[in-house]
Amino acid sequence: MSQIETFYEVMRKQGITRRSFMKYCSLTAAALGLGPAFVPRIAKAMEEMPRTPVIWVHGLECTCCSESFIRSAHPLAGDVVLSMISLDYDDTLMAAAGHQAEAAMRDTIERYRGNYILAVEGNPPLNEDGMYCIVGGKPFVDQLREAAEHAKAIISWGACASYGCVQAAHPNPTRATPVHQVITDKPIIRVPGCPPIAEVMTGVITYMLTFDRLPELDRQGRPAMFYGQRIHDKCYRRPHFDAGQFVETWDDENARRGYCLYKMGCKGPTTYNACSTVRWNEGVSFPIQSGHGCIGCSEDGFWDQGSFYDRVTDLTQFGVEANADQIGGIAAGAVAGGIAVHTAISALRTAQKKVQDRPSAAETSKEEA
Amino acid sequence: MVIQTPNGFELDNSGRRIVVDPVTRIEGHMRCEVNVDENGVIRNAVSTGTMWRGLEVILRGRDPRDAWAFTERICGVCTGTHALTSVRAVEDALGITIPDNANSIRNIMQLNLQIHDHVVHFYHLHALDWVNPINALNADPRATSELQQMVSPSHPMSSPGYFRDVQSRLRGFVESGQLGLFKNGYWDNPAYKLPPEADLMATVHYLEALELQKEIVKVHTIFGGKNPHPNWLVGGVPCPINVHSTGAVGAINMERLNLVSSIIQKCQDFVNNVYIPDVVAIGGFYKDWLYGGGLSSQACLAYGDIPEHPNNFDASQLYLPRGAIIDGDLTRVHDVDPRDPEQIQEFVDHSWYEYGQPGQGLHPWDGETSPRYELGPNAVGTRTNIEALDEAAKYSWIKAPRWRGHAMEVGPLARYIVGYAQGHEDISNQVNGLLRQMDLPVEALFSTLGRTAARALESEYCARLQRYFFDKLVANIRNGDESTANVAKWDPSTWPSEARGVGMTEAPRGALGHWINIKDAKIENYQCVVPTTWNGSPRDAQGNIGAFEASLMNTPMERPDEPVEILRTLHSFDPCLACSTHVMSPDGQELTNVKVR
Repeated sequence: MSQIETFYEVMRKQGITRRSFMKYCSLTAAALGLGPAFVPRIAKAMEEMPRTPVIWVHGLECTCCSESFIRSAHPLAGDVVLSMISLDYDDTLMAAAGHQAEAAMRDTIERYRGNYILAVEGNPPLNEDGMYCIVGGKPFVDQLREAAEHAKAIISWGACASYGCVQAAHPNPTRATPVHQVITDKPIIRVPGCPPIAEVMTGVITYMLTFDRLPELDRQGRPAMFYGQRIHDKCYRRPHFDAGQFVETWDDENARRGYCLYKMGCKGPTTYNACSTVRWNEGVSFPIQSGHGCIGCSEDGFWDQGSFYDRVTDLTQFGVEANADQIGGIAAGAVAGGIAVHTAISALRTAQKKVQDRPSAAETSKEEA
Repeated sequence: MVIQTPNGFELDNSGRRIVVDPVTRIEGHMRCEVNVDENGVIRNAVSTGTMWRGLEVILRGRDPRDAWAFTERICGVCTGTHALTSVRAVEDALGITIPDNANSIRNIMQLNLQIHDHVVHFYHLHALDWVNPINALNADPRATSELQQMVSPSHPMSSPGYFRDVQSRLRGFVESGQLGLFKNGYWDNPAYKLPPEADLMATVHYLEALELQKEIVKVHTIFGGKNPHPNWLVGGVPCPINVHSTGAVGAINMERLNLVSSIIQKCQDFVNNVYIPDVVAIGGFYKDWLYGGGLSSQACLAYGDIPEHPNNFDASQLYLPRGAIIDGDLTRVHDVDPRDPEQIQEFVDHSWYEYGQPGQGLHPWDGETSPRYELGPNAVGTRTNIEALDEAAKYSWIKAPRWRGHAMEVGPLARYIVGYAQGHEDISNQVNGLLRQMDLPVEALFSTLGRTAARALESEYCARLQRYFFDKLVANIRNGDESTANVAKWDPSTWPSEARGVGMTEAPRGALGHWINIKDAKIENYQCVVPTTWNGSPRDAQGNIGAFEASLMNTPMERPDEPVEILRTLHSFDPCLACSTHVMSPDGQELTNVKVR
């Protein structure tokens, strides 16, 4: 491994000054919600680390996770790919194809045995001997297993890899199966969402590179730092919810005043994600800000919870969750050698998504009329 | 064995078989096999969609107002275009007319997608077929600067120092020994023709485009809340407008409109100052490589899009043209009716599905499919380790759609050929101007390069249209209309017990249609026929080959083991395999559950 340059060396070779490098480390610390005391630690880690090889495979998916990833503004996706990781295999972006592409993946597995990250976008279908998704003439699940065997850790990008997503919605004709049900002997970080927020994706990678370990995960295997609170908890429209001011129908006066979308079926109250805080596309907006309720796309099985316009009916508490994941201290822990999976100490209830099974939207309207 | 196809190609599978799997830098999963003769010329081509998700059976029984979200997840690259097609299909079924503002906003979003998709396609999926980033290390930054100023005098980022900085960054990257995405590329293949300065200029623009594309999509974020996968609404758009009153900060207000306007300007600047000049400059070095025309000179199909008025899809009211060209007769553009059962039909004789009757085609409203994965008797390998396919049998997860029995090409080039044949003013001016500038005859359009150039021209046209619909939106608001949604038929109790509709768009990759049957407020049947189903189509019962396959025919390969030419031509279609291979049975047949091995 000694012939491999460290992250810092690569940055210096690219003409980045020590001063800019330290500034970058400060920004990284800020992006991760850490204080200035962590800047030297981040700098040290980057000085000593080679660019971590990443193998990024694609199963049944729609490529929205890759598209989201390249939207990242801080850090820029170009900087991630050129300076932070070595993206040695990604069939969506790589130059080589066919045999040469497969050889690139095998080479990385051999050369960096136990030291590369496997990123999975999409999931393997298990029906029809796995042949609903074929890579190199073989079932995708074979490629997934091959790449997973010697991976240091696995990132399950998006709802597909994390939970199954749309192709796994009832009746799941291909038997699309989330990664953790196929690979059971590796640490897996689930970064759900359809897709996940770009800066959450690069934030997770940067965290792993910086601290050389997995982020603190909640009970569902999600990074607590981004998935620890409900969208509703941090929604800027929350005061309207508390005041009982609701949009009653699309484009009504209340919609134009930016009232709460709860009655329009918003799943913010049961969805754990960073949309209302990090927001989307460099903080430009998020679904609620643009007038549509949250559809809960980072929650398990969100396609099969009734209509997106059905009202969430199991809200029992109105206060902001008091016992959110106890993150404090964890991020400050010593940089561990190698990856250690930290048991989530989440006291959170798992997301409640029991949208009441309504007979139909039509009857609902009649009831309310 | 030599076979003559009805659509005019001579297939000879006697030469050496070359397999490319995975085909990379596309959306989804695809395999390609070709036979090359002793001179390395492609004499037989087999294109295979290698994934299938079954979204349409998943849609059965669901609320039609939710369908946009499901179908949007068909593809995260052309994100939003399936959603738009879906809300149009539901509105068509229920007779909903959306407000004028919603029409303008939807058009802005769809045009925005076209530009984004074309830019990302050219720079991040296609460029490496023409551009050699390793050779860029040999460039003189000063000469690169001169080249940049010559091809695009208005682009501000052109100093020698700028090119030197990026080049030294690139050098550091390459010298680190970790080549990442460039690993195992074909960098010493003579198919790459650019001088080092052009390679450096284009590589720099790869990075500029990567930063720009994240700006383009902010239009989706403003109106739809996020990108990829913005939110849509049956009856209009979900974002309300409020430019005057209390609470405007929670709606589309002046600040939001200004942001949209600034992004539209960025789109125009980049397309005019970088994208089009790059295509002209790079294309200039490949003028002798005019392979890859395939079906484009004989059979093109476009549904048309970007309606001037809400829900009015009359061909005369659309900014992107509609029509069909067959038998290479550009003097006659046929009208296209997606409701006519005789026009659009899908066949499965060479696809991993089965119908009752061999050789039978079905219109999407009567669509019927059940998956049947099986390899032909002459396939090499096993069921789960395919070494070579047997194209005389079933060989793809993509169906074979046909327009009046013809295999068709769809996409930017097809739209531009249809528009050019119709004498569409904007399109004709653009095409003639480009051909003049590059000193090429009109026949040069029918090529891989033509496909790539059409995409760039279309981006320029769409950027102008985006401005037009933005101005229209603002004018309408100024006239006192802030309406964005028609909710008269939001409540399913207002719907007829049965209805059926069709939605059409021009997705970045071509003609896209959704067909919906609604019964008792639920989806009874949902069928999508998507662009890559047309282009990536396998053979049909008559033996007609599809657009991908046709485009590869008779192309010489510099080195048959290095598929640069195959990738170049396949990429010129911007294949989207997740889109093409999702079709599923409307009759909901039980699928066999196979145990995990």
